[in-house]
Amino acid sequence: MGHDATLHMDHHSVHHEDDDAHDTGYHASYRGYAVGFGLSVLLTAIPFWLVMGKVLPGPTITAAAVLLFAAVQVVVHMVYFLHLNAKVEQGWSLLALIFTAVLVVIMLAGSVWVMHHMNTNMMPTHEMKNIS
Amino acid sequence: MSTTLTTHAPVVATPATLNPLQTAAPRFYDDGTHHPQQGTLLGFWLYLMSDCLIFAVLFAVYAVMGRSYAAGPSGADLFNLPLVATNTALLLLSSITYGFAMIGMQQRQKHLVLGWLGLTAVLGAGFIGLEMYEFAHLIHEGAGPQRSAFLSSFFALVGTHGLHVSFGLVWLGTLMVQVKRFGLHAANRRRLMCLSMFWHFLDVVWIGVFTVVYLLGSMPPV
Repeated sequence: MGHDATLHMDHHSVHHEDDDAHDTGYHASYRGYAVGFGLSVLLTAIPFWLVMGKVLPGPTITAAAVLLFAAVQVVVHMVYFLHLNAKVEQGWSLLALIFTAVLVVIMLAGSVWVMHHMNTNMMPTHEMKNIS
Repeated sequence: MSTTLTTHAPVVATPATLNPLQTAAPRFYDDGTHHPQQGTLLGFWLYLMSDCLIFAVLFAVYAVMGRSYAAGPSGADLFNLPLVATNTALLLLSSITYGFAMIGMQQRQKHLVLGWLGLTAVLGAGFIGLEMYEFAHLIHEGAGPQRSAFLSSFFALVGTHGLHVSFGLVWLGTLMVQVKRFGLHAANRRRLMCLSMFWHFLDVVWIGVFTVVYLLGSMPPV
């Protein structure tokens, strides 16, 4: 076992210098980039069309649809362009991303939520003048 | 804990028992299946995640302030969506040309790498050029960052993204000179991979910008 492991290590250190698959855990391919690019073009064109052509009945539905397309496109970019998966850096990259995503969601949703309630609960200016 | 150590120490009287990591580490942590790296790529990824938080704060500010027009112009009045679509196309194209440069790097074809990087730089410069044209146009119309909270947050968010792309272009130019003069050695490949992550990351942020700022911003309030 110990001997085997040593041989194994030597084998890798010989090829290591010249092998990007070991550097990054992925091999980029024209096909992967083409698929990612095609999906991105679709996921960009559709929301622009929805907004510029006023295709959907209301602004609320359009906004929800546009945000959904953006979320899907972010995932497409992560997978096909940034080559992210659970194996890169033994999963630490994905873990850091999930942690960041949680923080970002708390920050965005929290800010919008708190400030919305502050705005709705503000005393209107004309009532404020009557107090003094 | 300490009792276990003292009872075992006399049985196997080697220095290794006192410091088990010394013998155990190579067998268990570096047996050739994990390929532990120098850590640059993970470190750079962590930098990108912290950069992501900077953008998240700016997005949060825009989400809160984006409809505070101060009786000034709104996004629907100002934004030129065909221009934004062109900008988006330029950045997306530059993402795939950078990807092709990475494939060229894997095949160790220096001229392929330099060609695709050059095209990426042209597309990135086009993006920055259009953005600067847009900013100049807005400021000329009296819709500068000082006009309203909406425009302050707009210029802060979109400007920060544009600054990132500009620095990415400087980095790209530097690396092209590096690759041209010294070739695709291991350090340059590592640098190219870091810039690749940076470049694709900026494209991901731009998805948020064109969706939240331009598309949602040019629609009537929900």
